[in-house]
Amino acid sequence: MSSARTPFAWAMVLVIGLALVLVLPINGYLMNLLMQASTYAIAVLGMTVVLGYTGQINIAQAAFFGIGAYGVALGTTSLGLPFFVALALGAVVAAFFGLVLGGSTLKLGGHYLAMVTISFQEILTLVLTNWISVSHGPDGVANIPRPRLGALALDTSPHYLAVCLVFLFVAAGAVAGLKSSRLGLAMQSVRDNELAAGVIGIDTYRVKIIAFATSAFLGGLGGGLFAGAFRYISPDQFAFDDSVVLLTMVLLGGVDAAIGAVIGTALLILLPEWLRFLKQFYLAVYGLAVILIMVFMPQGIWGFLSGLFRRALPIPAGPLAPLVLGEAVESAEVLLAVEGLAKHFGGLRAVDELDFEVVRGRVHALIGPNGSGKTTTLNLLSGIYKPTAGRIRLAGRDITGLAPHVLARAGIGRTFQNIRLFHSLSAFENVLIGAGRPGESGQDGESRRQRALSALDFVGMVARAHVPVASLPYGHQRLIEIARALAANPTLLLLDEPAAGLNLTEKQNLVALLRRLRGHGLTLLLIEHDMDLVEQVSDRITVLNFGRRIADGTPLEVLRHPEVVAAYLGEVAEDEAA
Amino acid sequence: MAIILQLLFTGLGIGAVYALVALGFVLIYRATNVVNFAQGQFAMLGGYCMVITTVDLGLPYWLGILITLVVMAGFGAIFNLGVYYPLRHRSFLPVVISTIGASILITNLVLGLYGPEPTTLPGVIDFPGVSLGAVFLDSQYLVIIAVTLILVLLQYFFFEHTLVGKKMQAVSQDKEVASLLGINVTGMIMLTFAYSAVLGGIAGVLVAPILFVSVGLGAQIALKAFAASIIGGFGDVPGAIAGGLIIGVAETLGAFYISVPYKDAFAFILLFAFLLIRPQGIFGEKVSQKA
Repeated sequence: MSSARTPFAWAMVLVIGLALVLVLPINGYLMNLLMQASTYAIAVLGMTVVLGYTGQINIAQAAFFGIGAYGVALGTTSLGLPFFVALALGAVVAAFFGLVLGGSTLKLGGHYLAMVTISFQEILTLVLTNWISVSHGPDGVANIPRPRLGALALDTSPHYLAVCLVFLFVAAGAVAGLKSSRLGLAMQSVRDNELAAGVIGIDTYRVKIIAFATSAFLGGLGGGLFAGAFRYISPDQFAFDDSVVLLTMVLLGGVDAAIGAVIGTALLILLPEWLRFLKQFYLAVYGLAVILIMVFMPQGIWGFLSGLFRRALPIPAGPLAPLVLGEAVESAEVLLAVEGLAKHFGGLRAVDELDFEVVRGRVHALIGPNGSGKTTTLNLLSGIYKPTAGRIRLAGRDITGLAPHVLARAGIGRTFQNIRLFHSLSAFENVLIGAGRPGESGQDGESRRQRALSALDFVGMVARAHVPVASLPYGHQRLIEIARALAANPTLLLLDEPAAGLNLTEKQNLVALLRRLRGHGLTLLLIEHDMDLVEQVSDRITVLNFGRRIADGTPLEVLRHPEVVAAYLGEVAEDEAA
Repeated sequence: MAIILQLLFTGLGIGAVYALVALGFVLIYRATNVVNFAQGQFAMLGGYCMVITTVDLGLPYWLGILITLVVMAGFGAIFNLGVYYPLRHRSFLPVVISTIGASILITNLVLGLYGPEPTTLPGVIDFPGVSLGAVFLDSQYLVIIAVTLILVLLQYFFFEHTLVGKKMQAVSQDKEVASLLGINVTGMIMLTFAYSAVLGGIAGVLVAPILFVSVGLGAQIALKAFAASIIGGFGDVPGAIAGGLIIGVAETLGAFYISVPYKDAFAFILLFAFLLIRPQGIFGEKVSQKA
């Protein structure tokens, strides 16, 4: 994918494959296996997108496969549609069901999705079996025709297999290309850390629905081709067991790459032939294989092989442009205004009637003892929680209760107390996902890549750009997280305990970095326990205790405030005042 | 009126079975945050265990039940060691996939050993039942309802009034703190799996005389039990019971008044309706994501 030669090489593979299929004498039995493998593989590629890239479970792929198959079967025999029209219809109907299922469930946790897909699978089997007037019931549909392309009849098995292979190659190429695309990176960010994906501007719900519908579409496409391959289908071919087989295929081959889907499918189609001696136990072996893969080889065969020579996204060469962070505004206008903000969890008032203002271009610190509501406030500001009451305004615009990705696009960036990076991606990929305010127009891929590199350079991490973040030391991970937020060009950057866990040198570097950010005119709101650091960098401090503001002012005023001293030293304020 | 009462009675009986499976499933979820997709297979195994001991080997019914309970407890422990324990530090998805793998393994192992033909198991008591006016109360349904009621009460007592029960609650709330307090977390989770398997097994024993004992029994019950726990409020114990009963009644009424072939679809339609209108269920899911 990185070099221009790769697509050419793959095109050669396709041409040679087609030539072999059309020229070699293949016996009927092997022909059937090849047709089954190529049509299944297309459906398994759908699993790569939804499970591998996006991390969402789908135990109904056989149902989508079945919808596509019935689309072709009924479209051609009952409605008299041309083959390819019926094929497209089946795939689109499958995608539509994927959209509906995903849309109703993807806002909830993963276990809901697992159950809903299983339920959908069961209902479809019931409908196909019992709605006899339409589906022909348990007897299935026979005499499904194969396609014609103009004068070219594609109804001999070698020709039809060639058709399937072309579809498989296009699907595999598209799925492989998707991985390094913007959408593909967004999917992987959702898989690795959904919360972080949201705050850097990814509409996680939308990305998940797209992934689910794409998966269903590929399932339907594979199923439609399957119907033409065997010319007879019945409901029992698209049952729960078959969804399990498709799931096993993608897991065995490797969930994270298109080629894994092809490997897994080919192996599991051929394997039953080699495992014939197991007879009725072969599905039990599948079940055992699933457990063993999860325990010993979670990345599957291809993941294991490619892990030996992993390639991250290529990093553009050439001189680096300095990072541009908005324009420096020298007015003392209020950027962020918080009025009467409250968040209650049942009886607990984590944040209560909180008012404060952050002035543009300043560093504002939010301090307070543990449990005083600082992180809750940040979660309210970045849209992770919806406030119980109160107003939040950014540059005069009411942003109360907006979703994280909307707030990110409005200019709010943030980092997390416990670092939330996309752990399976490189430093560069992490920063690239957030680069250049997603959703903003007029940005091409090249300028976003440049911006990501500039952001890495700004925090001094450009030399580590290609390294998988999981293998970076803790202090570097903090910097990558800041670079990721900077790449989105925020107006207001929220930092949740950026110094936590850093050693002395790293803390001094952080202070320098924060000062440079202020020098560039960026507005910062930070939570920090390290009072030295707070004193060194902040222009203004707001102190919270038990969810309420107890002091607000310059560092000098605030840190001498009796109530603040009491809150930190654990004395009762009244005694102190008296 | 008599028909409605009759259907209600039948629905509550079958619903009690769903509730028992849902209960085992909720307990594992609370202890480990894992959704165990092999919970229905526990019920299926319980049913087969009874068939093997009482029908095939001709042992007395009470001995069969005793053996089944012991086997199920052992099986739950093995399940924990093989399916959950190696993956306990990994994220949600690998563990869920692993339990799905386990359910396939168990189903097809039984299929391979025992074949696809359903077998029958006689009821606990020979006595057919009593008539209450126009309503006939089948003895097996009475037994199911009574056993479920007793189990729910025993479980309540166990969790609220015994030390082991309190320890298990502590583990489900915070594993780290529990282990700092000297609670054997691994052991408690092991116990949870064993107990859940026993609950599933009892559900299987109870339902076997009503439905046939077949390899499909597990999936059939499990899917309803999952739906039940979502409808009741995910992870909530009273919710699982209420959800189970609601689904039992709904599908019995649906089968009678609407359509028999689609009997198994009503639970799922109810599930979809809840997901669209009230996804947190009747009693509300408590888990939320934190930054």
